[in-house]
Amino acid sequence: MAMTLVEKILSEKSGLDVRAGDIIVAPVDIAFVQDGTGPLTISQFQACSFERLANPLTSIIFLDHAAPSASRELSNDHNRLREFAKRNGAQLFEIGDGISHQLIAESYASPGEIIIGADSHTGMAGALGAFATGMGSTDVAIALSLGKTWLRVPESFKVIINGQLSKGVCAKDIALYLVGNLGADGATYKALEFCGDGIAYLTMSERLTIASMAVEAGAKVGLFPSDEITHSYLEHHGRGQKYRPLEPEPDASYERVIKIDATRLEPMVAKPHSVDNTALVRELEDMKVQQVFIGTCSNGRLEDLAVATEILRGRKRHPDTRFIVAPASRQVLSEAIQAGYIQALVNAGAVIAPPGCAACLGVHHGVLGDGEVCLSTANRNFKGRMGNPEAFIYLASPATAAATAIAGCIADPREMM
Amino acid sequence: MLRGKAFKFGDNISTDLISPGRYFHLRSDLPELAKHVMEDADPSFASRVKPGDFVVAGKDFGLGSSREHAPLVIKMAGVSAVLAKTAAKIFFRNAFNIGLPVLICDTDKINEGDELEIDLTAGTIKNLSTGAELTFGKIPEVMLKILNEGGLVPYIKKYGDFAL
Ligand code: SF4
Repeated sequence: MAMTLVEKILSEKSGLDVRAGDIIVAPVDIAFVQDGTGPLTISQFQACSFERLANPLTSIIFLDHAAPSASRELSNDHNRLREFAKRNGAQLFEIGDGISHQLIAESYASPGEIIIGADSHTGMAGALGAFATGMGSTDVAIALSLGKTWLRVPESFKVIINGQLSKGVCAKDIALYLVGNLGADGATYKALEFCGDGIAYLTMSERLTIASMAVEAGAKVGLFPSDEITHSYLEHHGRGQKYRPLEPEPDASYERVIKIDATRLEPMVAKPHSVDNTALVRELEDMKVQQVFIGTCSNGRLEDLAVATEILRGRKRHPDTRFIVAPASRQVLSEAIQAGYIQALVNAGAVIAPPGCAACLGVHHGVLGDGEVCLSTANRNFKGRMGNPEAFIYLASPATAAATAIAGCIADPREMM
Repeated sequence: MLRGKAFKFGDNISTDLISPGRYFHLRSDLPELAKHVMEDADPSFASRVKPGDFVVAGKDFGLGSSREHAPLVIKMAGVSAVLAKTAAKIFFRNAFNIGLPVLICDTDKINEGDELEIDLTAGTIKNLSTGAELTFGKIPEVMLKILNEGGLVPYIKKYGDFAL
């Protein structure tokens, strides 16, 4: 029987001929934690009396969630992680280096690999054709030491994207449309496999945005085939030799097929307090917004800052609307400086936060006040997510975010381009 | 045999509601973090829950972040099992890894405050308050093995590897 892309990768990795539903033990190519999940991983690692890492070069610790640290307790956690890395030879990315998933994409992930991270958005590396999935601290502690994990081979949903997005409509709108369509638990335990003529129009940055949101429908991974776009992304990041083409076998069987006509999509938002609570931007115009946030693993890349800059150049944020931008990594920040985006955004009234998760998870860099509304390019809008259960978070694309920062209320970017 | 009272919650209880991100700095001080368990879903939960009690919820319990602190603080509050119509994948796996069973069943048949008796091996839930009897979905074999050892750490300490 023909294999889905997931079955193909997991068969190769486990050395067995596996199908959806099988339980396997497979080698892990890359395992990582961040500063929120890492301390517990170390405790579990020690509780198992483990003494060494199976693969120090691909065992990674990212200090991205509270970066720079927002409190004494978090500083102590950071130090514990730094010490662990030093002692065991794990790789450490410091505060300001960027968000784990962005750095995994820039510097590590390759097609056909198995990647597990103690962070729910690990599935983002599926954009590069890797089987990547989020787990908890204990699972990652075991993987760090044994170099393997157990997995249930997931059934796949086939998501066919046809056509090209129109101007002002972004990959984020595809992701929001998809999650709205599937529901927040519509793909629980499943893999999403993307295909269709439309994916040829999607840059790696856009694929990463879509894959980052797969977990918002409950999926284990959002997987793209590995093609020429993957190839040039890998080359650009100095590991072109890791490229290999990968796609599902023709006639593979899928549990469900979802079709998206990209040409017909419009700017969308997810309303509070769930990601599947979607609506069209034009249905919400005039909703006042006190804070706009552009950043996160979902939309903090150079291309996202470029889209925002295109709209904001020569304009100013609305006086009643704060505007925070957090580049996803040091490389993004540095390229955005060279391209002049940072200057244009600062001129437009933006606060530039350090590369990292920043305001996304409610620890620092933009916690909301009571009753406030934020429009964010993040992947989550749960109650309390940005540090205050009395606040309201709308999710949208970087284009919609830029238009909203200017208008002071939710605005359609197509009218400002 | 598990026995305790039901604390009812609705659908889509995210890990942000179970263990809010604003207490991020307490993650290495679990007893302190546990004081805020379920705080944004029901601020009075932590003070009312007793050892043995159950968290009973609707669909997609534990969606969102991979923080294992979410099932951990529930377990630390004394809760002996989570009952839900469905559970998010990372939460589900994390809960078994730390020795907290998550049972998938029709929670509409359970009301706030009902007294429940659960037999994990027989797979039955007795609602002592209403007399109703429920069954729960089969726990995947791997996870049952892990649970029987008290979690993934004791499991790995015993077997030294995955003994599937
Ligand atoms: S940016 Fe937000 S969603 Fe992404 S890893 Fe950081 S906290 Fe998680």
